[in-house]
Amino acid sequence: MSWWTPELAAIVWAMFQALVILLGAVLLGAALTVVERRLLGLWQDRHGPNRVGPFGTMQLVADMLKIFFKEDWIPPFADRPLFVLAPIIAFASLLLSFVIIPITPGWGVADMHIGLLFFFAMAGVNVYAVLLGGWSSGNKYALLGAMRASAQTLSYEVFMGLSLMGVVALAGSFNMRDIVNAQEGFWFIIPQFFGFATFFIAGVAVTHRHPFDQPEAEQELADGYHVEYSGMKFGMFFIGEYVGMVLISALIVTLFFGGWHGPWLPPILWFALKTGFFLVLFILLRAALPRPRYDRVMNFGWKVCLPLTLINLLATGAVMLLIGS
Amino acid sequence: MELAFYLSSLVAVLATVGVITGTNPVHAIVYLIVSLIAVALVFFALGAPFAGALEIIVYAGAIMVLFVFVVMMLNLHPDAEREQTWTHPRYWLGPSVLALVLLAALVALLGQGGVGETIDGELLTAKAVGMTLFGPWLMVVELSAILLLAALVTASHVGRRSNPLRNNENRGGTP
Repeated sequence: MSWWTPELAAIVWAMFQALVILLGAVLLGAALTVVERRLLGLWQDRHGPNRVGPFGTMQLVADMLKIFFKEDWIPPFADRPLFVLAPIIAFASLLLSFVIIPITPGWGVADMHIGLLFFFAMAGVNVYAVLLGGWSSGNKYALLGAMRASAQTLSYEVFMGLSLMGVVALAGSFNMRDIVNAQEGFWFIIPQFFGFATFFIAGVAVTHRHPFDQPEAEQELADGYHVEYSGMKFGMFFIGEYVGMVLISALIVTLFFGGWHGPWLPPILWFALKTGFFLVLFILLRAALPRPRYDRVMNFGWKVCLPLTLINLLATGAVMLLIGS
Repeated sequence: MELAFYLSSLVAVLATVGVITGTNPVHAIVYLIVSLIAVALVFFALGAPFAGALEIIVYAGAIMVLFVFVVMMLNLHPDAEREQTWTHPRYWLGPSVLALVLLAALVALLGQGGVGETIDGELLTAKAVGMTLFGPWLMVVELSAILLLAALVTASHVGRRSNPLRNNENRGGTP
């Protein structure tokens, strides 16, 4: 076995890790669609999907079969190339962001030193999925949804970046592994509580989850930017939203809750438990909160969250200078 | 590294040609976004991932979104006939000749500089960029901060409501 060199083994192992993380993210996103409906049923005192298989566990298979075999219709008035491109951007940009997340000390895809900036870049590209999808549909409700979505996402991305700069300053690095390692003693949620609060709000808004699902407000916009989509193209938007949820939860865990750190249990279990907690929190938000009016959402972002992140960054810098000197 | 540099440069050039020759405004903007991402990849290949990431975040992620926004609001349609008159040689011949002269000067200068630097994939970290910006170039950072502040004040002045009281009267007293 002369061709089986250590370098080749390292490459194969890295590719295996990347594949497992990719499949894990997609499958978790798909499974969440059913988990969310069951949990919503529980919290809203109704049954939820409970017919397929024991306790409705096979609902996911039924949904997948349906979505694969549905007619994939492109409206004749749509802009064909962009109509096809939009769901690909929605899905791919979020999945690519998983590259930077370190799951355990040994597991993770890429160890880039610009780590966090890569996520911001992908979040920036993700805006185009909604914008192009809404425009290329040739439908006024879709266009209105896309307009709202891009305005909301742009506003919330501004302070999403700023809210994490406190963490970056404390860890002294954009690299996600360095950030996790810096949380060995205490989690960053303690010194960076306002950073966490604003990042969580921005994360919910950027993934268009309730209560920030303005772009797809059913009552006003008949589903917003993906109203013309069907079949697997809709599926990519739909699963993409849940993949975004997984991504934001994993990022919160990595940045504020010490990543894989924790007593007794193995690192992978700690990471999964913490991420699961935030996924359930996302779903609980949807079950508990009504959707605010659109202008209130924008006002809240610009007039409350942005100043809060700026003050947080200023205070973090001041305290670090005081302690350091 | 060199292969990545030349490939992404080629993509950038082709995408930019697509911006100019396309007749559909939204398609042209998508080409421009691709071009910007290709330029970001050029930065990555040159060993400046910080600049590359900022290129995507600032240009592709923020500025181009506003472009797309405006073009969508204007509801422009593909207009091949009008574009035909714009691409008449009369309009582009002069600038092209001038640009060619510049290109010749650039090539001559590059030829004079000896072997020069090659792409070695040395990593320029965010820390190094920050140390340079807030060390020798602090003045430039502060000047651009003042410029941005002036732009902010101007934007809020242009965007403000002229007189809230009079606006209410014009709307017939509705709250």
